[in-house]
Amino acid sequence: MDFRLGQKSDALRARTAAFLDEVLTEEMLERCYRTGTNHDSDFAKALAAEGLLALDWSPELGGGGRDGAELLGYREEMQRRNAPVYAIGTTMTVSHVIALMGTTEQRDEIVPKALRGEIVIALGFTEPENGSDAAAAATRAERSGDGWRINGSKMFTTNAQIADYVFMLARTNPEVSKHRGLTTFLVPLDQPGVEVQEVRTMSGERTNITFYNDVFVSDAWRIGDVDGGWNVMGAAFMHEHTAAFVGEQIRLVDAFTAWAREARSEDERPRAEDPAIRERIGRSHTEIEVSLLLQRRAVTRGVDDLDAHGRGSMAKLFSTERLELQADQTLELVGPDGLRAWGDPTTLQDGEIEHAVRNAKGTTIYAGTSEIQRNIIAQHVLGLPRPY
Amino acid sequence: MDVNPSAEQRQLLAAFAALYAAGAPPEVVREAEPLGHSPQLWQSLLDTDALGMAVPEHAGGHGATLLDLALVAEQHGRHVAPAPLVEAQVAARLLATLGESAADLVSDVLTGRRLVTLAVRPARAGHAELVPAGAVADAVVALRGEALVLVPTAGRASAVTTLGSQPLADVTITDDDEVLAAGPAAVAAFSHAVDEWRVLTAAALTGLAARALEIGVAYVLERKAFDRTLGSFQGVAHPLADRASEVDGCELLVHEAAWADDEDPARFPELAAMALGFAAETARDTSYYALHFHGGYGFMLEYPIQLYFRRARSWGAVLESPQASFRRVADLRMASESRMSEAG
Repeated sequence: MDFRLGQKSDALRARTAAFLDEVLTEEMLERCYRTGTNHDSDFAKALAAEGLLALDWSPELGGGGRDGAELLGYREEMQRRNAPVYAIGTTMTVSHVIALMGTTEQRDEIVPKALRGEIVIALGFTEPENGSDAAAAATRAERSGDGWRINGSKMFTTNAQIADYVFMLARTNPEVSKHRGLTTFLVPLDQPGVEVQEVRTMSGERTNITFYNDVFVSDAWRIGDVDGGWNVMGAAFMHEHTAAFVGEQIRLVDAFTAWAREARSEDERPRAEDPAIRERIGRSHTEIEVSLLLQRRAVTRGVDDLDAHGRGSMAKLFSTERLELQADQTLELVGPDGLRAWGDPTTLQDGEIEHAVRNAKGTTIYAGTSEIQRNIIAQHVLGLPRPY
Repeated sequence: MDVNPSAEQRQLLAAFAALYAAGAPPEVVREAEPLGHSPQLWQSLLDTDALGMAVPEHAGGHGATLLDLALVAEQHGRHVAPAPLVEAQVAARLLATLGESAADLVSDVLTGRRLVTLAVRPARAGHAELVPAGAVADAVVALRGEALVLVPTAGRASAVTTLGSQPLADVTITDDDEVLAAGPAAVAAFSHAVDEWRVLTAAALTGLAARALEIGVAYVLERKAFDRTLGSFQGVAHPLADRASEVDGCELLVHEAAWADDEDPARFPELAAMALGFAAETARDTSYYALHFHGGYGFMLEYPIQLYFRRARSWGAVLESPQASFRRVADLRMASESRMSEAG
């Protein structure tokens, strides 16, 4: 056994840290918080120019050819610093599928731009009437001339307001069982019939509901086979390990510790001497360590591992459930002053603690709810029957 | 990053798995209660050189790493084995660091002539309380002020019946007890030994939790309720999925802590405290749900799961609560952050 990430990973972490020192400004972070849009196109282009994009793609596809263990140093540093990588992540995931499975035309149009950080692709799976059960998608795509007419709506189409395309799962055959009648399309958003309606969330993050009213999509933008959408989804997310949320935990405990060192109790003692506060700090560091280890194991054991799916779920489940407890308990231990909100001039520690309470709740819901992760673990790791 | 045991470590695991399967089935664990000691099992552990492996070669042992010992301790925990393995190994390693002054003692320990254990909490006011293995040991190594002393148990140790059926004893310490070492070096050696005990106890608790989870899963796969397999209810499956994540995380944390003894000594004390706190809670929660999903049967003495439930709450508590382990993590982390900010 060896718990070092290795020289290559450490070197990549150092390069990432140096890049972030230079490019990730306070203003950029503040703008992401304020607008709720976790994307900055200058940042994305700089990342591409620095050769820090598509690190996990094979060199033949224009990527960096790095393995999971090497990438850990990069990923962990990005998380720790809260770099705006959400839209970059969805864009690169979809572009990778296109690089692997797309037509020549699709590849030529999308991949070079994605590799330069010049386009944004949003995900369109969830709908108002279905979330975790993605295969229940009701948005219809019907044949029309040399293309398709799309009618329906997608929920939580995050970044649609800045995106060029939405990667959409639509029902092309309502006559067969639900997994078999789905097709994926890359739908250009800048066209008649598409409406993007802003949805604000408790964390300040902006997302959207998007409506599609007789939107025409050329058959050239169909990804994969007709009625083969579920296979494309599988290919898109097969290489994506469900990730742990570690950066949020680190930023919270750092803010909490900094506060505890400065703040004084009624009898003028540093709050850091309070045993309950020390216990929470130690617990948080322990949970961060376990989250990192679960994530590192999920990544380094490789995708061929039969249990890999369940291992990624463990990292996501553990890290987000513990993050929620950390946020609530930290707020309670800080006391009334913890209520001072991000953006208020009197807030503590740049609002990190108050914001964590708002933000943590979402993490156990999106990217696969805790219930979905538990179902996966119960079935794939524990060998229990499909739970109901 | 490699989280897999080596080929040699897998052999070691298999050997001890076989030893415990033969020597510590639930009937043996039960028969050994309430003292919690099986002389036959202990003898077979001695015959397998379970103590010799823990001691460096220069002191007459075979120089296993703490990680090797942690893998063995996990097997020990899986069987909630009634033998003082962890305490005796840690005490032997501590004695081996003391050089000539303890050479005869180490030799006695390795040949099985004397069973020596460690009082993991410093003696206070002439007493070392709830000393692990104190009820079956010939002598106890204890920290009295700044001195490591050797305390014979004859007439000085009184066994205590406890929740987890461990051979614990309250031991009287006197000013006349033989001093093995004294001063800051002795205190540091004791502190390191206690950290080793934290890691190996955490390893045993991890094995306990992993096995309790297996027992719970096997039961809910077998039992039916309302015409369905019990394990197909989310109310049952989901708490088990949470525990599975914690057990896996716990095992990784314990391995990292044990690995750090040699490979990352600056982080070893912090990781040791993390490991014990997290393992104690993981064993507690896993045994809670594994027993609970047995329904009333889990509460019966006849079912093995209660053996796990009681020990999950006892093994680490002899030293400290999870809360205290986590406070120690904060103490160590905040002290190191202060040093870094002063230096930087």
